[in-house]
Amino acid sequence: MTALVPLPVVIPLLGAAVTLTLTRFPQAQRLVSLAALSAVLGVAIALLVVVCVDGTQVVAVGAWPVPIGIVLVADQFSALMLVVSAAVTLCVLVYSIGQGLADGSEDTPLSIYHPSYLVLTAGVTTAFLSGDLFNLYVGFEILLVASYVLITVGGTEDRIRAGTTYVVVSLLSSVLFLTGVGLVYAAAGTLNLAQLAGRLDALPDGLRLMLNCVLLLAFGIKAAVFPLSAWLPDSYPTALAPVTAVFAGLLTKVGLYAIIRVETLLFPGGPTRDLLLVLALLTMLVGILGAIAQSDVKRLLSFTLVSHIGYMLFGIGLANELGVSSAIFYVVHHITIQTTLFLVVGLVERYGGATALDRLGGLAALSPLLGVLFFVPAMNLAGIPPFSGFLGKLGLIEAGASAGGGLRWALVAGALATSLLTLYAVARVWNLAFWRKPVTTRAEAAQTEGGPALPRLMVGSTIALVVLGVALTGIAGPLFDLTGDAAADLLERAPYVDAVRGEGIR
Amino acid sequence: MSPNLTYVVVVGVLFAAGVILLLERTLTRVLMGVVLLANGVNVLILAGGRYGGPPIVGTTPDDEMSDPLPQAMILTAIVITLGLTAFLLALAYRSWRLVGQDEVQDDIEDRRIIELAERDEGPEVEDVDDEGTS
Repeated sequence: MTALVPLPVVIPLLGAAVTLTLTRFPQAQRLVSLAALSAVLGVAIALLVVVCVDGTQVVAVGAWPVPIGIVLVADQFSALMLVVSAAVTLCVLVYSIGQGLADGSEDTPLSIYHPSYLVLTAGVTTAFLSGDLFNLYVGFEILLVASYVLITVGGTEDRIRAGTTYVVVSLLSSVLFLTGVGLVYAAAGTLNLAQLAGRLDALPDGLRLMLNCVLLLAFGIKAAVFPLSAWLPDSYPTALAPVTAVFAGLLTKVGLYAIIRVETLLFPGGPTRDLLLVLALLTMLVGILGAIAQSDVKRLLSFTLVSHIGYMLFGIGLANELGVSSAIFYVVHHITIQTTLFLVVGLVERYGGATALDRLGGLAALSPLLGVLFFVPAMNLAGIPPFSGFLGKLGLIEAGASAGGGLRWALVAGALATSLLTLYAVARVWNLAFWRKPVTTRAEAAQTEGGPALPRLMVGSTIALVVLGVALTGIAGPLFDLTGDAAADLLERAPYVDAVRGEGIR
Repeated sequence: MSPNLTYVVVVGVLFAAGVILLLERTLTRVLMGVVLLANGVNVLILAGGRYGGPPIVGTTPDDEMSDPLPQAMILTAIVITLGLTAFLLALAYRSWRLVGQDEVQDDIEDRRIIELAERDEGPEVEDVDDEGTS
C-alpha cells in the first residue's frame, strides 16, 4: 500500500496546476479544489489505517537507492497530522468558497487564491511526509511561498505592511534552516533522517548541541516560540479570515512537527530539554498576558495561539512517553480549535461589522447560533471539561507531575495559570462582544432588522469544525491510544529507522 | 578533511554583511541582506562537501570525485532564492506605490498599546463595558 504515500503531495500540486489553467472559470476552479482536497482527506484517512495496521510506510521517490534518493515516510505521527490538516484545510476551503460567493468578485477576485491554497496544502503534506532534512526544507519553502502570496492577497496597504514583516521573518528562518541543513551535511555526510539518527549519535556532544540549536532556532521562528514569536500577532490578523484561520491552525504546527521530529529522532536526550521547558513556560505566560492586553478579537486570538504553543513544547521538553503523546494530542486539538475560532471571528466580522471589542456587543441575543459557535470552541480552548482541551492539558500536567523536579512543577503551575488566564481572555470576548448590550448604531440597527444573513457555506463549514472539535472528546480514548503508540515509536526511534533501512540503507 | 579557508572567510563576510543589511528598515536593503545571506549559505553548503574532480563516471576515478549532492542542493536553493527575491521586489514596489516609501512600518496596534501602557491604562474597551451593561 505504499502507493498511497506520495498522493497527499501529488494531488494538491496537480490540482494547483489545473486551477491555474482555469483562472477564467471560477466555478470549475472551486470544483477542482474541492475535489483535490477531498481526495487528500480520503487518502490521508486510508493512509492512517494502513499505517496503524501494517506499520510505517516508506517510498523511495524515483526508485533511487535510499541514501541517495529522497524518501517519503508515513509513520503514525505523520499520518495523524495528515488527516487533521486535510480535514481542516477542506473545511476552510468550503468556508472561503462561501465567502467568495457571498462577496462577489470585488473583494475576493483572485483567480490566484485557489492555486496558492492548494500549493500551501502540498507544502504542508510534503513537510509531514519527508524523510529527508533537505526535503523538509523544500516542503517548508513550498508552504511559505504560497503563504506569502495568500497573506498579501489583494495588496492593500495593511496587508503589504503585515506581509512585509511576515515575509522577512520567514526568510530569515529559512536561511537559518538551510544553514542548519548545510552544517548537518558537513558533519554527518547525509541528510536522510533515518541515517542521521545513527550518525549524529557518534558526533561529539558540543557539535551535536550546536546543530540542534541551529535547527531549533529555525523551527522556533516558524512555530512562534516565545522570544521568536513577535512577528505572529502582527502579521496574521490583517489577512482574509480563512487565510488567517488556516495559517493559525496549520503553519505553526508544521514548525512544531519539525521540532518533535528533530528532537526525538535526531537529538534524543540532548541538553536542550530543559531549554525547551523554560521556553515553554515563557511562551505560555508571555503569550497569554499579551492576549489579555488586546482590544481586538483577531489579535487576542493570535496571542492565545502563541501562548498555547507553549503547551505543546512542554510535552516535547518532558520527552517521556506520556508527555510526547499528550503534546501530539494537543497539536490535533489545537489545529482544530484555533482554526475554528478564527473562522467564527470571520463570521463575527461579517455580522457585527468589526472585530474591535469596543464596537461589538449583543451578538448572543442577535444571533444565538453565532454565540454557540463561539462559545463551544472558546471553552474548548480554555480547557473546560469535558472538552478535548481539558484532556490534552490534563495529560500534559500528569506527565509533568510524574516526571517531578522543580522546573517541571513550575511548568505545571504555569500551565494551570495559562489555562485560567485563557478562560479570562475568552470570557472577556464573550462578555464584550456577545453578552452586553449593543454599543454601535450598526449593531442596534441589526437588532431591529435582524442583521445581515450569514452565507450558508460559511456557517456550515464552521459548524463542521465545531462538531469535529467536540467529537475529539468522543474519540479521545482511541485517539490517546493512537498518540501513545506514535509517541512510543518516536521515542524508541527503531521503528522509523528500521522501516527506512528496510528499503536499502547499508 | 578540513574546509578550505577561503570558503570559510567568504561565508563569514557574506553572513556579516547580510545581517547588517537585514537590520535596516528599508525593504530594498533587507532584500540585499537576504540575497547575501542566501549566497553565504550556498557557499557554506559547498564547503561542507568533498572536493575533487567533476563527479562523472569515466572522467574521474571514484575516490577523486567531488561530492555532487551539495551542488544539487545549492541549485535548488538558488532557484528558491530567485523566486523569493522577485516576490520581495514586488512587495517593495507595491509598498512604494501605496505609501511612497519602502520602509517597514510599525504595527499600529502595538503603538496604541504602548501608549496606553505609558499612560498606565488598561485596554480601552473596559470603560465602555461598564456603561453598556449597567
